[in-house]
Amino acid sequence: MLRTFVAHVEDRPGVLNRVVSLFRRRGYNIGSLTVGTTDKPGVSRLTVVMEADEDSARRIQADLYKLVNVLYVEDLSHAATVSRDLALLKVRASADTRPQILQLVEVFRARAVDVTTDAMVLEMCGASDKIDGLIDVLRPFGIVEMVRTGIVAMRRGGESQLEMLKAS
Amino acid sequence: MTTTRPVTRSGACVLWEVLLSEGVDVVFGYPGGAIMPAYDTLLRYPIRHVLVRHEQGAAHMADGYARASGKVGVCVATSGPGATNLVTGIATAMLDSSPIVCITGQVSSKFIGTDAFQETDITGVTLPITKHNYLVTDVEELGPTLREAFYVARSGRPGPVLVDITKDVQQALTSWVDDGAPVVLPGYRPKYTVDDESLARAVALIDSAERPVILAGHGIVKAEASADLRAFVERTGIPVASTLLGLGGFPATHPLSLGMLGMHGEAWVNHAVQEADLLIALGMRFDDRVTGKLDTFAPRARKIHVEIDPSEINKNVRVDAPIVGDVREVLRALMPRVQQKTRGSWVAKIEESKGHSAVRDIVSMPHDGRLFAAHVMHDLWRLTEGRALVVTDVGQHQMWEAQYYKHDHPRGLITSGGLGTMGFALPAAIGARFARPSLEKDEIWVVVGDGGFQMTACELSTCAQEGIKVNVAIINNGYLGMVRQWQEFFYEGRYSATPMKSPDFVKLADAHGLSSRRVTSREEIEDAVAWARKTPGTCVIDFRVEQEDAVYPMVPAGAALHDMIRRPSSIVETAEDP
Repeated sequence: MLRTFVAHVEDRPGVLNRVVSLFRRRGYNIGSLTVGTTDKPGVSRLTVVMEADEDSARRIQADLYKLVNVLYVEDLSHAATVSRDLALLKVRASADTRPQILQLVEVFRARAVDVTTDAMVLEMCGASDKIDGLIDVLRPFGIVEMVRTGIVAMRRGGESQLEMLKAS
Repeated sequence: MTTTRPVTRSGACVLWEVLLSEGVDVVFGYPGGAIMPAYDTLLRYPIRHVLVRHEQGAAHMADGYARASGKVGVCVATSGPGATNLVTGIATAMLDSSPIVCITGQVSSKFIGTDAFQETDITGVTLPITKHNYLVTDVEELGPTLREAFYVARSGRPGPVLVDITKDVQQALTSWVDDGAPVVLPGYRPKYTVDDESLARAVALIDSAERPVILAGHGIVKAEASADLRAFVERTGIPVASTLLGLGGFPATHPLSLGMLGMHGEAWVNHAVQEADLLIALGMRFDDRVTGKLDTFAPRARKIHVEIDPSEINKNVRVDAPIVGDVREVLRALMPRVQQKTRGSWVAKIEESKGHSAVRDIVSMPHDGRLFAAHVMHDLWRLTEGRALVVTDVGQHQMWEAQYYKHDHPRGLITSGGLGTMGFALPAAIGARFARPSLEKDEIWVVVGDGGFQMTACELSTCAQEGIKVNVAIINNGYLGMVRQWQEFFYEGRYSATPMKSPDFVKLADAHGLSSRRVTSREEIEDAVAWARKTPGTCVIDFRVEQEDAVYPMVPAGAALHDMIRRPSSIVETAEDP
């Protein structure tokens, strides 16, 4: 199944390289990977999405823990989470097609962030499959280019493993 | 707490100070441009430097030192080619969990990333083959980083750590003081507390097992758990099969020792594992050379896996009762809980399955004047009363040594298991000699093939310069024997690139000013071994053995553990026979 792991790592040069190198040499194929800062100075947060069965999932966590700079790893695959992907889409849009596109944008709760005479840039933030849906309906108009950030995810509810990290 | 007065000195001085405070008294290395400031200040510190002939040797020496002593071994190299030459040695230490710290010089920080002369991104290169590594570009970071490096190398599952130090950091001044505080690494948790629940599960399995077998691995040696294992075995009556790196962790001559399992394990050992209803794996990792084909490995057995590295659990073999922790602590926790038993009928059944193969196969080898490698191993064991520290290389001789030299003591065998690095033996033995300097207490024998010997034979020169004594037994069969054996068995005898013409090893040793002899018949072994033992300095014996002999039994790669190729004619010899 498609799994989501969150790892808190020390914000040092080369740490991302260590994580990626681990996945490469153990033969895990990364679906998406995002990295960013957290509210705690010196701690970065990674979200990794990949295909893995139960056994591999356990081993991925154990392998990640072997990296000295990895502070905390969580498998969010079975947890109630908020998970988001952000996409920017540049679509061909003439005066004729623009209203249709804007209608679709409305339905998908995306936004137009740039409009020119022959194209538009749309922004959509949401669950990955919703973004897939928008891409599908826009394809006939002509997608010029597209970028997605990959998934970021967070457990629902009041608890945070990062809080535990701060406490320890 | 040390209360050192802040003194301004160079990073190079800090390097040696930290090494001294970590208990380092010898380093193995080779100087070069980017490490010169460190070498310049080394003269002021009471640390012996062993000048190697190739940096690969330096890494193996640090590794041999670590394996012989249980302490951290240290090697030093310059940037670029010096550092990249360490790579094979580092990978060897990684796969056999050997604690070494590698110090490399790096071009000055302002040149990093410019493809400067002798610049290599060695932290990038060694990232997958080190437990951890560091690039130090700030002299204030140097001391804490080195302390971390030693801590990471030796704790938990040990491994190699590389510290790359730029030349300007070595030259820069600092007044850093080692406050002696414990290293704090928030993301590094080498210690695991063993929970009651998993212990209870294991105890229930052990008490109810009728045909249990212990698989003793390298972890027994590393955790200094030999005495605890012996006590556990004698309480539970469970026979012990050892991995290659586990040999010596449990006395080979103990009645409950079965011997080595795996690809070249004895038939009765592999059969016992396949028949077992419980395997208790202690500090081992179910390597493919140990398990054979995974689907058919120990099909009737439940499995307990005691292992310090959680990522090894369920990696190759699914286990029923994993216990993550230090194997010595786990054995001590299990000891009072398990029932005292004798498992007479199970042990008798294994004993019976030994049949004629139990009495080793060299005896009935006709005394037709031919010299077999097995003769050399057997006689060496007999003549050294099993007490030598044997350092083997990789290939046929390594397996023969494992089969015929009965190791009764932990750290009595040093060999490259996981990576299978040819050229390991001679430098590793040099390192071991510095860990065990007493010639009376510790006799060291290098057992090496003619192929592997030539990969690092340059280190004979190191032996001569350092004036150390190791005895080198070259098992010379004129082939890359193990590959030749595979070609014979699996490639219809096409000997592609395996015949090897070697120099005259006696003359080669002589050219180094070392003593040497040649042995071509079994009658000469005893005399030659006695000669080497009493001759000062490193001695080299060129044993010209049977050229196309094979290691039996053999489980072909990917076959089930019980599917062995057996010796065509059984040849038998007992320990008492000459």
